Amino acid sequence: MPTAPHVALFATCITDTMKPSIPIATVQLLERLGCKVSYPASQTCCGQIMTNTGYFKEALPTVRNYVKSFGEYDYIVAPSGSCVGSVREQHAMLAEKSGDKALQADATAVAGRTYELTEFLVDVLGVTDVGAYFPHRVTYHPTCHSMRITKVGDRPLQLLRAVRGIDLVELPMAEQCCGFGGTFSMKNPDVSIAMASDKARHVRSTDAEYLVAGDHACLMNIGGVLHRQRSGIRTIHIAEILASTEKEVAVA
Amino acid sequence: MSAREEVLSRIRKATTDVKTVDPALDVPVHWTYGRALATTDVLGDFVEKVEDYKARVVRVASDGVGDAIVDALRELGATSTVLPDGIPDGWAESLSAAGVEIHRDEPQLTHAQLNVIDAVVTTAAVGMADSGTIALDHGPGQGRRALSLLPDRHVCVVRSDQVVSDVPEGIARLAPALRARHPVTWLSGGSATSDIELSRVEGVHGPRHLWVILVD
Amino acid sequence: MTTTQERLTPQPPSWLGIPPFPEAVKEELAKAEQRKNLRHATGTIRTKRLLRAAEVDNWEELRTAAAEIKDRVGRHLDTYLVQAEKAMTEAGVTVHWARDGAEANRIVAEIAKAKGVDEVVKIKSMVTQEIDLNEALEQEGIAAWETDLAELIVQLGHDLPSHILVPAIHRNRSEVREIFTTEMGTYGTPAPEGISDDPGELTNAARAHLREKFLRSKMAVSGGNFIVAETGTLVIVESEGNGRMCLTLPETLVSVVGIEKILPTIEDLEVFLKLLPRSSTAERMNPYTSLWTGVTPGDGPQDLHVVLLDNGRSNVLADPVGRAALRCIRCSACLNVCPVYERVGGHAYGSMYPGPIGAILGPQLRGLEEERDRALPFASTLCGACNEVCPVRIPFTDILVHLRNKVVDYKTSKHPTIEQGLMKGAAWVMKDGTHLSSAQTATRTAGRIFKDKWLGPMPIPLAERWLQARDVEPPPTETFRQWWKKNREGENR
Repeated sequence: MPTAPHVALFATCITDTMKPSIPIATVQLLERLGCKVSYPASQTCCGQIMTNTGYFKEALPTVRNYVKSFGEYDYIVAPSGSCVGSVREQHAMLAEKSGDKALQADATAVAGRTYELTEFLVDVLGVTDVGAYFPHRVTYHPTCHSMRITKVGDRPLQLLRAVRGIDLVELPMAEQCCGFGGTFSMKNPDVSIAMASDKARHVRSTDAEYLVAGDHACLMNIGGVLHRQRSGIRTIHIAEILASTEKEVAVA
Repeated sequence: MSAREEVLSRIRKATTDVKTVDPALDVPVHWTYGRALATTDVLGDFVEKVEDYKARVVRVASDGVGDAIVDALRELGATSTVLPDGIPDGWAESLSAAGVEIHRDEPQLTHAQLNVIDAVVTTAAVGMADSGTIALDHGPGQGRRALSLLPDRHVCVVRSDQVVSDVPEGIARLAPALRARHPVTWLSGGSATSDIELSRVEGVHGPRHLWVILVD
Repeated sequence: MTTTQERLTPQPPSWLGIPPFPEAVKEELAKAEQRKNLRHATGTIRTKRLLRAAEVDNWEELRTAAAEIKDRVGRHLDTYLVQAEKAMTEAGVTVHWARDGAEANRIVAEIAKAKGVDEVVKIKSMVTQEIDLNEALEQEGIAAWETDLAELIVQLGHDLPSHILVPAIHRNRSEVREIFTTEMGTYGTPAPEGISDDPGELTNAARAHLREKFLRSKMAVSGGNFIVAETGTLVIVESEGNGRMCLTLPETLVSVVGIEKILPTIEDLEVFLKLLPRSSTAERMNPYTSLWTGVTPGDGPQDLHVVLLDNGRSNVLADPVGRAALRCIRCSACLNVCPVYERVGGHAYGSMYPGPIGAILGPQLRGLEEERDRALPFASTLCGACNEVCPVRIPFTDILVHLRNKVVDYKTSKHPTIEQGLMKGAAWVMKDGTHLSSAQTATRTAGRIFKDKWLGPMPIPLAERWLQARDVEPPPTETFRQWWKKNREGENR
């Protein structure tokens, strides 16, 4: 591993705005592991809400802005498999469609230096035990884009298993989608709810205190149902668990 | 413009982005054809996979085939059978001796006649172990396609030297017959359906019972 | 023919009566028994497919080869079709070409009339459903009998198929029993008195009912899984033996085949015959595969016809992103893993091609003029489960997103939409950090109003769709951007 790698944090628009505890935990964790963390203030969003709804033209400014904000960094890290997936799998396509060859080349290069948090920890820093402590019963939802687009594999589980005090229990039907799907939840609300309620049922069946995942959007969806049901199960991002230590307990 | 010309011209218009004329150069296929599997016991694998389809398999020496067919028909409750041209005389003699009613397809039996014959006995062209598949190329001993379709019980004699490890080797062996325009039929167990609640039912329209005699 | 004439075959409902997907699902989601049937069936077949794929060491290599072979065919389709036509003609097949469904239907009806037949037996075929051949023949006074068990259940049940492989997946055994006892007798050999709902007994009733039709039919109609261009060999993969009956017993056989079904050589079959059964029924091999190359004197049909059908396929081919959908070999693995399909079933997709493949193929074959077709690319969460199981590596999610873009272009070219306005707004906000920062003022204000109180059900347009089933945590009063400024600014940049 490079000594004290310099990391640019891509906070992602949704957690920056709606759930700052996640990027804060990411910063604390990376700093604890010896990284120098920067936050390019011009950053915004990966653009997938526009892209995946079919608005390619409207998504293009986010590609330009991403390249502008992160172009100079060797390591760009985001606490979201989905946003990283969009950067890696869609930015170059959007640039190509727009006919901007220079942007396409830049977008491809920056995407190649973009990591999902657990990828960065395991592959670049080479750690699986990050010194975390989280004495709770937890179940893990792998999230579709982390698993199938960004392909983080079992890295999150490797990291979670090394957390002291954790009681990690398996989630039934873990690999099935929670039904969020971005604007799918608005365009097809009935199917989305049917899927989310099944996912919540599986989570409840584990008797866990916390549902953990690497994507806040999925946690908002499942957590929204769990809260409506007064299930008493809370959602937590993997960065928040990994940032927790005996001294500093993350509060989701 | 004829439909043919119009469809072809639509296709040509749709693929104007394709610049390389030779299909093989344009899209290379990363595959080595005809490979065998590294199966240690090909015959054992074949038997296991065929039995997995709930078909019966018996292994006999070459001089025991006639008796094995008699046993098969007895156990399957068949008293009549059709024998295609090219079935060894010795097998027919064993069947006659056992009192089985033998029908020959000369002149051709009608579909109605075939429909009420209890069984058919055929040889085979190729066996494919990995998938438990038997291929008929309807050459001598195998008869035309209707013969192995309408009778309710099919006794199929496969020689051990006909059994290969997997589908690619099987295709390679069948290729000459296919290029000579022989019809080819693959059988993997008896007919089956899972159309009602995915509950598997053995035996629908084809022979409901497949009995394989593997000759060592 | 007249429209007042009595029908020869059971009247099916029309796909056109089904509303667009988001509306159609409401009724489907409420069908408790169907939900259970689908959950059970898709779950079972998913598990089994995984097992069968894992048995093959070079599964991923096979998938790549299959995708490459199919791409090679698509990109040089004119060459391969001409080659296939020549080989089939030399083997004694009469080859026809059809621009669309109506033309294909006309060709089949004309052959039937020339032969003087008033009924045909059919092998389960997606393409003849696509062109609604049965109804076209009915109009011409020709009865078309489905002989696959599930298709028989659908036909006798005056119903529509809901799955590519197991079209009656939405029906349970007691419903099948009911359909057989009330309908079979009207159209041929009746179901035995006192038949139970045991699948074995029901299957035997179908065997008896259809055996009569197989033995008397003079003409059969099939689709085709593959045509080998080199030899003109047709291949049909099946389970029940109804296919072999249709391909062997009648004097005349007409096979309607989509132009994309070509494989270059005999050897290419080794790739597809390994992939298809394991992906489809999750078996090592399907019970029966028939391969025939033209007419064999004294064996099987002596009058063979093949109808090569376009019906929108050349449109699909014209889209360099969308054309990968033409690799499809109709295995239905994408349906079985789709969490949306598992809950709503097939009918809500409004065509015989449901699930992920229906969502990418349907709108490309039919175009975007109808709202139902414009809704289909959005009938997915983009979870990507279909990408992983597809034996020909169709990039479903890429094509879905691509088609969404086409739908947006189609709609916004007519007139500006509210959604477009929202997206343009989002584009402005996300253009730069300063824009996002000013937009965050609003969320922080909301955070101060709601304090720590979660948001419950509220009749706010759009938000209601989310809030009807989920609570929402209120936004924070401090964004991460502000936290960073307060806690880290100066240390870094």
